[in-house]
Amino acid sequence: MKNYSEEWEAVIGLEIHVQLSTKSKLFSGASTDFGALPNTQACNIDLAMPGVLPVLNEEVLKMAIKLGKALNAEINSPTSFARKNYFYPDSPKGYQISQMDKPIVENGYLDIETEKGGKRIGVTRAHLEEDAGKSLHDDFEGQSGIDLNRAGTPLLEIVSEPEISTPEEAVAYLKSIHSIIRYLEISDGNMAEGSMRCDANVSVRKIGDETLGTRTETKNVNSFRFVEKAIQYEIERQINELESGNKITQETRLYDSQVNTTRPMRSKEFANDYRYFPEPDLLPITLKKEFIEEVMATMPEMPNQKRERFVSQFSLSEYDAGLLAAEKDLADFFEEVTKVSTSPKLSANWIMGELSAELNNENLTIKESKVSSDKLGQLISRIEDGTISGKIAKDIFEKMWSSGKEVDEIIQSEGLKQVTDDKEIESMIDEVIQGNPEQLEQYRSGKDRLFGFFVGQVMKASQGKANPKQVNDILKSKLEK
Amino acid sequence: MALSDQELKEIAYLARINVSEDSLSSLKKELEDILDLFQQLNEADTSEVNAMSHPLDLSQPTRKDEVTEENLREELLKNAPSVKSGLFLVPKVIDGEN
Repeated sequence: MKNYSEEWEAVIGLEIHVQLSTKSKLFSGASTDFGALPNTQACNIDLAMPGVLPVLNEEVLKMAIKLGKALNAEINSPTSFARKNYFYPDSPKGYQISQMDKPIVENGYLDIETEKGGKRIGVTRAHLEEDAGKSLHDDFEGQSGIDLNRAGTPLLEIVSEPEISTPEEAVAYLKSIHSIIRYLEISDGNMAEGSMRCDANVSVRKIGDETLGTRTETKNVNSFRFVEKAIQYEIERQINELESGNKITQETRLYDSQVNTTRPMRSKEFANDYRYFPEPDLLPITLKKEFIEEVMATMPEMPNQKRERFVSQFSLSEYDAGLLAAEKDLADFFEEVTKVSTSPKLSANWIMGELSAELNNENLTIKESKVSSDKLGQLISRIEDGTISGKIAKDIFEKMWSSGKEVDEIIQSEGLKQVTDDKEIESMIDEVIQGNPEQLEQYRSGKDRLFGFFVGQVMKASQGKANPKQVNDILKSKLEK
Repeated sequence: MALSDQELKEIAYLARINVSEDSLSSLKKELEDILDLFQQLNEADTSEVNAMSHPLDLSQPTRKDEVTEENLREELLKNAPSVKSGLFLVPKVIDGEN
């Protein structure tokens, strides 16, 4: 494909649905647990039985206020609900209770980082709404099966301004939102299970054009990687269409991760017309100042604050601090390790190196790590106090991972304690020098790089246990004789 | 305010109401009369009036986040004409998404 990137630019806006991790539903006392038997967590209100009225869950207000604060946004009071009218069997009321004119969160922003630098993305709004149930289309003799367990589960829909320009920025924005909702503990953010869903509005225009191009909305994107690929595909598709003289149809498209394409959803006979109106069953909600202040007081340290603290408190690089702070569990683990190990830099390296590699290998989260923060801290302490070399530590780490044993136990039972006795090292060096007279002569006649050969031989003779710095020093003085 | 037959049919479709051809003209007249009334309301000067989304001047009461409803499936399924494996069965609907 021709590279059009110098002529065209993309305009991207994201709508992110976040499932709030309340115990009960937005308007009913039914449970929101994931994975229960069909229809065992749906009550009269979720089924829209005649005469029922919605009763608002106070917790969702707190969660929305926290998100608003984290997004530097305004909190609307009063905030009010509206009806979004449409018919679909997984929504028994015939409408969804959502927010229109007075969303609880409005006019915020989020600072993101990509390889090209920092950028501020506006957040238009975040509003509360209820989730729908699930339709199952297979195996019911030509009928659809309806499970209403998810109906009425609280969602926050976070809408960005169309200020995102590349797929990389879209992913950075999405990851940042993910990090924030996990820090706030308002959602588990699990994209595979659908507790965080992303729709992307994408259009393209010639660079310099003032007016926006016709946009499409791509749904069904359920991982960070797919968001990037789906948007990339959609940008290229639109540019190709326009370059070929075709027009873009405003439509909803589905992303198919199997073949990495987007395709149009069957278009409806009439354009969607949701006929929003104020929800008569719910009064507007006035958020008292004391209530908001109470919620604000429970705000945890946020990812960017934590990153800055890691830089100033532990002298980590911005990059390392950013990686650790992006995920709350990882950041907590790091801080626990530093309580034992006293070397923050070494702790950070081990967590992002050896530990992350093992976790990725076995597809485990940091909380499922087979080496606890305590044990990793002890291992790093043994490197710091000179008991073992960094290289031996890696072998010991492998053993700790597979056996669950502590570092001292392995050092003891396998005799891995670092050799730091000058005499012992000297005698090993003498043996190596005597055993390699040819190399010795070559070295002494100017072949400096053979020094590495001698170091290697000594380390080998000590089975990796000799202190490398002492080996270097002693070897140097012996070879120079 | 005049409505076209097409608009009337679209409104009926959105509300999932079947309107027979011979009732179209009388229904159109009634709807147009209602729209005229709103037109009249629109003429009122509301520049000094705050927007109102509910006639009661109260704030919505809330409840604590507690699970109060037990599993009611057997009882609720009794209301449905067709059920299988704990699911409500409805005429097949596929809208390109689930």
